[in-house]
Amino acid sequence: MNVRADFPLLVNNPGLHYLDSAATSQKPRVVLDALRDFYETANANPHRGAYALSVRATECYHEARVRIARFLGVRDSDCLIFTRGTTEGLNLVAGSWGMANVTSRDEIVVTAMDHHANFVPWQVLATRKGAKFRVCELTPDGRIDLDFLAGLLSARTKIVAFSHVSNALGTINPVPEIVRLVREKTEALLVCDGAQSAPHFSVSFDSLGVDFYAFSGHKMLGPMGIGGLIGRREILEEMPPYQTGGDMIEFVYDDRTTWNVLPHKFEAGTPNAANAVGLAAAAEYLDAIGMDRVIAHERALMAAAQKRLAAVEGIHIYGPAVEQRSGVVSFTLADVHPHDLATILDGEGVCIRAGHHCAQPLMRRLDVPATARASFYVYNDESDIEALVAGIRKAKEIFGYVPA
Amino acid sequence: MPSSKTSAELGALYQEMILDHYRRPRNKGTLENPDASVEMKNPLCGDEIGLQVEFDGENVSDVKFSGRGCSISQASASMMTQLVKGRSAGEIDALRKRFRELMLGESSAADEPELGSLRALSGVARFPARVKCALLAWNALESALAQRQL
Repeated sequence: MNVRADFPLLVNNPGLHYLDSAATSQKPRVVLDALRDFYETANANPHRGAYALSVRATECYHEARVRIARFLGVRDSDCLIFTRGTTEGLNLVAGSWGMANVTSRDEIVVTAMDHHANFVPWQVLATRKGAKFRVCELTPDGRIDLDFLAGLLSARTKIVAFSHVSNALGTINPVPEIVRLVREKTEALLVCDGAQSAPHFSVSFDSLGVDFYAFSGHKMLGPMGIGGLIGRREILEEMPPYQTGGDMIEFVYDDRTTWNVLPHKFEAGTPNAANAVGLAAAAEYLDAIGMDRVIAHERALMAAAQKRLAAVEGIHIYGPAVEQRSGVVSFTLADVHPHDLATILDGEGVCIRAGHHCAQPLMRRLDVPATARASFYVYNDESDIEALVAGIRKAKEIFGYVPA
Repeated sequence: MPSSKTSAELGALYQEMILDHYRRPRNKGTLENPDASVEMKNPLCGDEIGLQVEFDGENVSDVKFSGRGCSISQASASMMTQLVKGRSAGEIDALRKRFRELMLGESSAADEPELGSLRALSGVARFPARVKCALLAWNALESALAQRQL
């Protein structure tokens, strides 16, 4: 796959080795063009004006929703709510469904590998409601411990939230098995954090078996500030609004208000139409490549990186085997702190993430304060791995390798 | 943007003395009866420091630090504890301000004899993303001194 030429930032920086796509992806020209095109040809407030331009904006926004719904395999596109991103999608479920349904007799289950965005909202909800907050432990190689999960589940379990793919380790979690376990033993709401799956392989919400799936546009080649929450219609219909204001109402009286239909009930205020259009262009672009090719490309790179890194004395790689991971390699180098490693790599034009990856509970369990993380996407190639390995050797030189 | 950092700049950042303090930190541990105790975190990167101070009148008689972090934050903490022992709150405040100037790239501070070994950290000024690492211990110390004044 050779698509680097489609990404202006990468074209403008030939020496740049961008290995931080799990944090945010670069944007192809077609996405930037779609944004500009919306503002130049269709910009008006959707759902408002009776004039043709507003109608055009409304159509663009609607078409974007339908396009993205198709990309994520949800037939009923009104069940795709646009949000700022995964974080807002998960907060929407916790704030709306959670506040309306969770009681002090209930339990909420998350996993130790969850991103803070799929951890803290549930912890706060549990605290507010006096419910029990339970954390599912992991296997030593960084997968969800399904036996442990089975032991946590009971009739009291009200919500189970988990990540489709771990942002810190790249672990791809077995959704069908998790769904089966949860459905067998509980009536719980099943919430899936899809921030790291939607960008990397084909996802079909309708066959996933979960109740909610949240994702971020900026990690899948789309603009920042747009993402979505997909939910099952019968649940969304029953839920109270999350935010209130314009666009989400049907009738407003002095003493009461009725709500608009889906998806508008959950989209208060002027919608982020331009970014929705940009995200639809990203979905189009990814579909043109083919999601099977995307994951195959990342797998090949990750396997190559893993092999090269494992050959460097002092490197420790976290997480399960390559076949069970998405395009993420999380590692440490002897006693070199990941921040120092990232600074030295930056000197070589290599961008990696160093830190706790917004997953402090996981880092505590791995017993490291931080790891270095290289993550791959469509525009990466072997030269990025070369540069990464060369930078790591340089770090060893500067620090003087001290075996543990 | 590919950063334009040269090997020389990286070399200046990771001087032998910094790596030595990183691997063999001085005054690392906890005090039995501290007069002031501060915990500080850098939530962005997860670095954390615990700082404990004992006073003898106006002067810092003993100080120890704990926690973990990168070489810059650990070396800065280690060197700082060596430098401030036996000094008054006023003197320490002046040092802190001078060190901050050093981190902000003020060249005159690089020749400041008062800063002692901390001058080895002058290379950090060329790496804006790392300045916060070098200042973490000093921010903790400032807070410990303020506790003392309460």
